[in-house]
Amino acid sequence: MDQSTRREFFALAGGATALAVTLRPAEATPAMLASAIRNVVGSEPVKTGKVKLDIPPLVENGNTVPMTVSVDSPMAPEDHVKSIHVFNEKNPQPNIGNFHLSPKAGRAQVSTRIRLADSQKVVAIAKLSDGTFWSASVDVVVTLAACTDEVI
Amino acid sequence: MASALINVPPKAKRGDVIEIKTLMSHIMETGYRHTASGEAVPRDIITSFICRFNGNEIFRADLFPAIAANPFFSFFTSVTESGKFEFEWVGDKGFSETASASISVE
Amino acid sequence: MSFSRTIAIAGVLAATAAAAAEIPQEQRRSGFTFMTPETQTMQNDDTANPGMLWVLDGETLWNKQEGNAGKACADCHGDAATSMKGVATRYPAFDKTLGRPVDLEQRINLCRTNHQQATPLAFESRDLLAITAFIAEQSRGSPIEAGSDPQLEPFIAKGRALYTQRQGQLNLACNNCHEEVWDKRLAGSAITQGHATGYPLYRLEWQTLGSLQRRLRACMTGIRAQAYDFGSPELIDLELYLMSRARGLPVESPAVRP
Repeated sequence: MDQSTRREFFALAGGATALAVTLRPAEATPAMLASAIRNVVGSEPVKTGKVKLDIPPLVENGNTVPMTVSVDSPMAPEDHVKSIHVFNEKNPQPNIGNFHLSPKAGRAQVSTRIRLADSQKVVAIAKLSDGTFWSASVDVVVTLAACTDEVI
Repeated sequence: MASALINVPPKAKRGDVIEIKTLMSHIMETGYRHTASGEAVPRDIITSFICRFNGNEIFRADLFPAIAANPFFSFFTSVTESGKFEFEWVGDKGFSETASASISVE
Repeated sequence: MSFSRTIAIAGVLAATAAAAAEIPQEQRRSGFTFMTPETQTMQNDDTANPGMLWVLDGETLWNKQEGNAGKACADCHGDAATSMKGVATRYPAFDKTLGRPVDLEQRINLCRTNHQQATPLAFESRDLLAITAFIAEQSRGSPIEAGSDPQLEPFIAKGRALYTQRQGQLNLACNNCHEEVWDKRLAGSAITQGHATGYPLYRLEWQTLGSLQRRLRACMTGIRAQAYDFGSPELIDLELYLMSRARGLPVESPAVRP
């Protein structure tokens, strides 16, 4: 990206973030996602690969979505995954969870259950011991349950 | 009252990579819900989950409202000695719970 | 099953049921079979099934002394794994004193009042759900036998009548979806045949464990009908009908459902 478009991008991202803080919209924006990712990776490039993000493409219920993130890594003292960060595009907040692993983890794989408010993209970024960042993303379709209780 | 379900194999061989599964009872109230009369329901979530083995941290998770209620985690660790796993959950409103499990490693 | 047996059963069903056709025995399927593999795994893995948190709580409550009598369930019933095995397969069951069926939650409260001299637990309270889940789990895997007591026949018939009665602003009866189009979808969700094989269950939509009565009330709200109150005879008759309709399917409590 050249200087001028980068400046525009950051201006937009900065502006959108400020707006989000004051008005607290019900939905995040792709700019909030980019900003949250930037908080983790700084100015380092994020490469695609090594990371596998397992989420059902059509979820049964957005309240509880099983998710497994795994990273192809020998998990050796000189080459291992330090942390995995998962983000989303359209929940009220861009962060889902950060997982910090030890070099002795044996396998870089974490499973949990997450909430997705709407059909959206989920992104997982792994930070390796050599300082590089790798990512994978999945587009997930989320529908509302057909018969719901009244809320509270 | 039981709050946590822990699954750690009781025995393993030196060098094995084992899976640990934990389930903690918690509503994980997002802070984005509203009552029928329009009041916001305040956030009440677990913010941090830590697993230590013989005192050393082996896994840590930062949780956000997007983690589903009754948080479940599965993660791995290699084992080289017998010992005790300690689990700690910390969250809003002074939430703090611990659990432990032992493993015998040959 | 032999042809003549099928005809005989069909004849009995036609006689007892009003008009509409119940799902034939051999086509009945639990809601489990409609779920994605991920949700099925959540149910089958005791270390990942959130319902097990309530089962564990229920075990603690089972051993806790309660009420003016200072008795725990265990004091009369001993080890639940033995004494409660098969119990959930027979509920709702006929209660002589009341002269009508009661469901498992009501039976627990009757025990509390009559034998523990304790106050009954509120419907959908964490404690009541926990004890119910603990008791129901003891029957996991056993085939449902509810409704075989002849004294329950008139109540099953009432339940069936409620099941086939159109109501609410959407003017729908339960069987319009769960018998006539169970293999189709409503919005993104599978409709299913609506067999109550796994209650109390962890519903992903509720993000907590809930009873069959709660689910039935949610269904009624869904068709924009005024839901019957917790513990009302209508809900119990419906529960009884649903359990007898699921006869033969194994208990799955605590199940997980979307």
